Amino acid sequence: MQETRHDAARATVKDTNAWGRTGIGDWIEQRASLVFIAPAVFAVLLLIGYPLVWNLYMSLQKWELGRQPPEFIGLTNYINALSAPRFHQGVFKTLYYSALATLIPTTLGLGAALAFNERFFARGVLRSIFALPMMATPVAVALIWQLMYHPALGVFNYLLSLVNLPPSLWVASSQTVIPSVALVESFQATPFAALVILGGLAALPAGLYEASKIDGANAIQRFRYLTLPLVWPYIVVVLLIRSVDALKAFDSIFVLTQGGPGRASETINILLFLQAFNFYHVGYSASMVVMLFVLVVGAALVLIRLRRDPSW
Amino acid sequence: MASREGGRPFTLLYGIAGKGAFWLVILALMLPALFFFFWMISLSFKSQVENTAYPPVFVPSSLGLESYAEVFRKHPFPQYARNSTIAGFGATGIALLIGVPAAYGIVKWRRYEMALLILLARLVPPMSFLIPWFAATRSLGLSNSYIALILGHMVAGLPLVVWIMIGFFEDLNPELEDASSVDGCGPYGSFFRIALPLTLPGLVVSAIMAFITSWNDFMFSVVLSGPKTRTLPVAVYNMLSFETVNWGPLAAATIMVTLPAVLLTLFIQRYIVSGLTAGAIKG
Repeated sequence: MQETRHDAARATVKDTNAWGRTGIGDWIEQRASLVFIAPAVFAVLLLIGYPLVWNLYMSLQKWELGRQPPEFIGLTNYINALSAPRFHQGVFKTLYYSALATLIPTTLGLGAALAFNERFFARGVLRSIFALPMMATPVAVALIWQLMYHPALGVFNYLLSLVNLPPSLWVASSQTVIPSVALVESFQATPFAALVILGGLAALPAGLYEASKIDGANAIQRFRYLTLPLVWPYIVVVLLIRSVDALKAFDSIFVLTQGGPGRASETINILLFLQAFNFYHVGYSASMVVMLFVLVVGAALVLIRLRRDPSW
Repeated sequence: MASREGGRPFTLLYGIAGKGAFWLVILALMLPALFFFFWMISLSFKSQVENTAYPPVFVPSSLGLESYAEVFRKHPFPQYARNSTIAGFGATGIALLIGVPAAYGIVKWRRYEMALLILLARLVPPMSFLIPWFAATRSLGLSNSYIALILGHMVAGLPLVVWIMIGFFEDLNPELEDASSVDGCGPYGSFFRIALPLTLPGLVVSAIMAFITSWNDFMFSVVLSGPKTRTLPVAVYNMLSFETVNWGPLAAATIMVTLPAVLLTLFIQRYIVSGLTAGAIKG
């Protein structure tokens, strides 16, 4: 139904151009579209496009900001990064972190969406409270988790001791730091995933379910063969946005660990931030951010394909 | 037990486990948010002794505002709040000024490839333009000004504004546009007199989204703000090193930072998803 309305809109917009069929009218109209659209496009090209190109150019230079003028060195920065174990570990940690920070919120969000799609008492209020962490300031959220994760005085280890579980070092141990940080981001991302999937569930046709019920399909079959395929596009959207954001994640990791303990949570984004802004290795960082960009675009393209072709 | 009226499409939870288990699931889903905000508030009211007691004290013995007072005593908190507000209003204003007409033009003249170009701002890792920005602001002497900060936050908010408004303009009744052009309204007239007044809710939603994006931002601010223009998230992050032992003021500060964002969120909850998915669902 949505589609047909848009088609109608499309047709009407074309018809309304009748006033502009003369040459002058056309010219004014084209200029109007320019006046409307160009400023935003120009801003994006100037503030993002141009710096991107500049960044690409810088990645071919040896440039220590404030210490030495840029000097062309070809692909040396890329070769240095690709042969550095620290970069390899960074890639691995980025992928590990992103997988957790994508899959945890998507899975929990799907469950939450199914639950909130039912009709029950005070659903609206409860859903609002459930969604509150979503837009809370990430730095503030990470700081409070930092206090809750405290190995000696934190409330989490106390809660674990109540159910006779051994305490964890959380972000203070290189073993648990990445899952612990991913959990903080998942805390904020799960409501987001749930609300997107909930939107998909709300758009499902009701009659289909009545029919399947008459046919004797049980709840699990209805989920597997009806609900899941129909909300799959929404799940892919969540996967897409989550993985793009997780690959670029910065706030929670930086606030909680700054890449530590040691380098245990040093993702590419953190690594290149430290290289650029603590050590001013601008050219070197530029090469790493180009590779991170390739990773993000690659992940996005894979997921967009997955959306078109749900034969998984 | 499953309530079928209205054709709820999915009744797995009800179907398998019945009502009691269903409410347990709801409780489990609510628990992280409830506990997090409870603990945040609890930390901010407790004294330092209570905050570092073990086992932890859950309910503060008094509603002490000492931690809040200390934030203001020890840190130029109003100054940081002012910086965040200036960056927020500046970024939101510019994003609306250029983003709303762009969304209108994209829908009216069906230039969706331009919308995809603007979406680039959402896909690119910010570091890839922040490193050049950092170098540029230093050489232009802008490292302690609001300009770089406002533009940085604006770039982050712009794709949200454009894609939210595209949704609202697409939902406009095309006959109104039609009538307005018959009446001799040019594209400018129908934009200001027909489209804008009818999409006022969209303007509010995109303004709030852009403002929260700026208010919550850490990465742009940590790179682009100087001592005079430091925003609240950066200031709160810096407090961590001062207040490693003093948890109360730290929690009080985080509450004051996050409260505006959380309250604004409540107003626009219905629309947040369309903002954050920025075209991914339709596209």
